[in-house]
Amino acid sequence: MKQTNSRMSSLIEVNNVSRHFGEHCAVDDVSFSLNQSEILGFLGPNGAGKSTTMKMICGNLAPSVGEIKIHGYDILEQPKLAKAELGFLADTPPLYTDLTVDEYLQYCAKLRGLKAGAITTSVTEGKDNCGLADMGHRLIANLSKGYQQRVGIAQAILHKPSVIILDEPTVGLDPIQILEIRQLIRQLGQKHSVILSTHILPEVQQSCSRVQIIHHGKLVLNESIDSLNNRMSSSSLLVKFKRPVDISMLKSLSDITDITETSDNQFRIQHGQHKNPAETIANLAVNENWGLLELTPETHNMEQIFLSLTQAEPHDE
Amino acid sequence: MNSLTIAGRELRSLFLSPLAWTMLGISQLILAYMFLTQIDFYLTIQPKLVGLANAPGITDLVIAPLYGNAAVIFLLITPLITMRLISDERRNKTISLLFSAPISMTDIILGKFLATFIFLLIMLFSITLMPLSLTPIATIDFGKLSACLLAMVLLLAAFDALGLYMSTIASQATVAAVCSFGALLLLWIIDWAGSNSGNASPLFEYISMMRHFESLLRGLVHSTDVLYFVLFIAGFLILSVRRLDNDRLQK
Repeated sequence: MKQTNSRMSSLIEVNNVSRHFGEHCAVDDVSFSLNQSEILGFLGPNGAGKSTTMKMICGNLAPSVGEIKIHGYDILEQPKLAKAELGFLADTPPLYTDLTVDEYLQYCAKLRGLKAGAITTSVTEGKDNCGLADMGHRLIANLSKGYQQRVGIAQAILHKPSVIILDEPTVGLDPIQILEIRQLIRQLGQKHSVILSTHILPEVQQSCSRVQIIHHGKLVLNESIDSLNNRMSSSSLLVKFKRPVDISMLKSLSDITDITETSDNQFRIQHGQHKNPAETIANLAVNENWGLLELTPETHNMEQIFLSLTQAEPHDE
Repeated sequence: MNSLTIAGRELRSLFLSPLAWTMLGISQLILAYMFLTQIDFYLTIQPKLVGLANAPGITDLVIAPLYGNAAVIFLLITPLITMRLISDERRNKTISLLFSAPISMTDIILGKFLATFIFLLIMLFSITLMPLSLTPIATIDFGKLSACLLAMVLLLAAFDALGLYMSTIASQATVAAVCSFGALLLLWIIDWAGSNSGNASPLFEYISMMRHFESLLRGLVHSTDVLYFVLFIAGFLILSVRRLDNDRLQK
């Protein structure tokens, strides 16, 4: 995972980072890197160390061991340069509720060191991107939870940072807003790198180009969404017939690796990946008059992978 | 520059809440009443002063006591203004905005300090209007008045720095207020021990904030007194920066 000449390609580099809180080890020797225009989905059950990792990347927490580089700058040694490339939305959006949306975003823009001339345009752009165009004069305290969340996202993307880190950005949003925010995240992913932490698995499948699962402070999965989709694609069929069948005939079909009977006249047929024998089975069933009742490809979804990774692991505490 | 941005927001929030206005109004009302009683007192003893050589003037008898009283009122209200500076940011999780922005801890602390200091200076200004209103009818010793103002500015900055430090320690605003009030009051009265029997500890006398403040208030601008306050302010500001920095390291 360590790359020596990575300043050009990877925007975030996390090398062997651990974080202890007293005796408790929240993050244990985690390493990964993130390239330009990648969207990384960061998954894990509650208390797995997601938020701790994100806080460390954003310089809100110092790692006990290891180093974190943003755009080639070490977050502890050159914090100002590193943080200038960061946009962070923590799990609770950091909002000053006594300000209006405009005042708040202007304040954030100034904090990020934007020039006076650029502030107005970037605030307008940020509002437009997050669907806040008409909300400029509203007090943040009076906004709904969903709109407050949007203000939080607007704050993170205002200064066009090269790395955007969003900790559960779609919490508390209605389904339409969630779709909009996902679209926004995909759009952001074209120019920036994004780390997205979430509990919602479909969100990761839809928006992310890479997936990491963290469990008990350790990375248990780090894969691109394509290879994950491959893993999820079906390699078995579930078939059910009305009348008893001759299994040996099924077994003689090509591409079929294994057949198990799950209940009366119901079989799970394992087959090689990318070779779907459904059509030949259907033809055979019609020819032999078995009375085909059911023929469904079994897919492993994200949830199954997630559960198998996070529940099989022995608890080390 | 960054600290000015933070100070601007902090001041704005301060004036958006009723707290700042209430404090300005009530302290002004109480000090105006004290000012009037002081003038009344001066008028009753004025005939006796006429015959004295080197008699104390209106600056000594009205203006210096006014600032002395104001100091006690500030002792009570500064903790209420400084208590929320950092502990509220922590509580509302807005501190993550500051921590992930490209600014240093020193910027944050200085910004917070400046905001409350400016507010305290506004209060001091409105109090100073009272002695200034005497200029058409009395001769005021402007040298002594500026010594009083210097004393107040240093004292307020010291109160502010200590209150800010308490706010960086405490997780709740009210705890910060109680701690800073306690610390300030203790520093105010610490030289009482043994002061009646005449064998007071010189260390306690040096630590006591009131000693340094009162000698400035009398018009004696000693560099030791000024240095005491400067060290006090710088010390607590540095401690605050260290404490805030510590947030990232431990929890």
